[in-house]
Amino acid sequence: MHVTRGFTGRPRVPDAGLPPGQYDAGDDWPVLSAEVTPDLAPADWTFRVDGLVEEPRTWNWTQAHELPASAYEGDIHCVTSWSKFGVRFGGVSLDAFLDVVRPHVSATHVVAYSHTGYTTNLPLSDVTGGRAWIAWEYDGNPLPAEHGGPARLLVPHLYFWKSAKWIAGLRLLDHDEPGFWEQNGYHARGNPWEEQRYTGD
Amino acid sequence: MPGRIAVSNRAAAVWQTATLTEIRRETPHASTFRFAVPGWTGHLAGQHLMLRLRAEDGYVAQRHYSIASHPDDTGHVELTLDHVEGGEVSGWFHTVAEPGDTVEVRGPLSGFFAWPGDRPALLLGAGSGVVPLMSMLRQHRSRRLSVPLRLVVSARGPEELIYAREYGAETTTVFTRTAPEGVPVGRMAAAHVAPLLAEQPPGGWEAYVCGSNGFAEHASRLLVEAGQPVDRIRIERFG
Repeated sequence: MHVTRGFTGRPRVPDAGLPPGQYDAGDDWPVLSAEVTPDLAPADWTFRVDGLVEEPRTWNWTQAHELPASAYEGDIHCVTSWSKFGVRFGGVSLDAFLDVVRPHVSATHVVAYSHTGYTTNLPLSDVTGGRAWIAWEYDGNPLPAEHGGPARLLVPHLYFWKSAKWIAGLRLLDHDEPGFWEQNGYHARGNPWEEQRYTGD
Repeated sequence: MPGRIAVSNRAAAVWQTATLTEIRRETPHASTFRFAVPGWTGHLAGQHLMLRLRAEDGYVAQRHYSIASHPDDTGHVELTLDHVEGGEVSGWFHTVAEPGDTVEVRGPLSGFFAWPGDRPALLLGAGSGVVPLMSMLRQHRSRRLSVPLRLVVSARGPEELIYAREYGAETTTVFTRTAPEGVPVGRMAAAHVAPLLAEQPPGGWEAYVCGSNGFAEHASRLLVEAGQPVDRIRIERFG
């Protein structure tokens, strides 16, 4: 990699929380969805988990809120290079939903899909063990529609395109099936600490 | 959600040296930077690339930028960059960069916002959101495509309108703050969009929207209200 003449860049603030190639977006929270923000009321929102499970199930807004509340407080990282520190999301751990449907031992991956038709794929191990949520609150308030409200998937340890907005369901599979951006050249897993942005990274 | 456009991702994995060959001022806040990239394998109009700069101590800054040039400009790409206040990368381009300087790029990236030139295109852009749309317009002209293309472009005023001299009969300009005498001032509105949807080409439009999130929300709502199907609206937002 060669040096760019005359380029100094921002003041260096060593930050152990910043993955390689990322910068701190500060108070900004850019919106990057590639589609029209849907007009989806909480009363019309549903969340389904099916595929390789014992008992496929659909929750509505009220039923999902009856599961134990769980919060995430930490950082998020977007593949376009910004990271945002100290965000607070509220919702329910994905484990609570999976405990109800009981995944088969053969299940290895999930496809998360949105009410808009957006999809993204994840290893099952990335959405279990307290590492993924269905989130409907941001900073103590209802999640705004442009950020995925009424409810989105939240998988903060991976690049944020994995955290599908307007989440409609998860399908458990025994293989990996590329989702929307993954078919468009993005990495199958998207771990920001290994800078897995594009296919082949 | 609109379907994917098949593109090759082979070139995206490789960083290449890009040599700055020309800088053209477009507006008081935006300039076009032309690069020679000998190994460039070509792109589709609307695609973007990733660009990185490296400081002497190894510090790296990388950003995604839409490609402004048309796909037939072999071995070259052009980017049009706003001078973002406090922006470390755009700041370098606008205050330090000179022809002969080299940077690194990888791409082209992502097929979602690409236009292969095969279907009627309705393009709505604001500010530097017009950049990927101009790549489409330039391709439409350079290949003399007969498929219909319309552009509605919004700027704060005439002096802020990027590529002002390049627009033709296919383009409607909207000025939000100041306008020449006799030209109305105001936001992009149903009056600009609805007539284009009223006279649709056979098979309908593929719509492409690019700009700030506020503009993208507003413009995509105008399209939906005028009858454009949501699964035929592709959006690229700054960030």
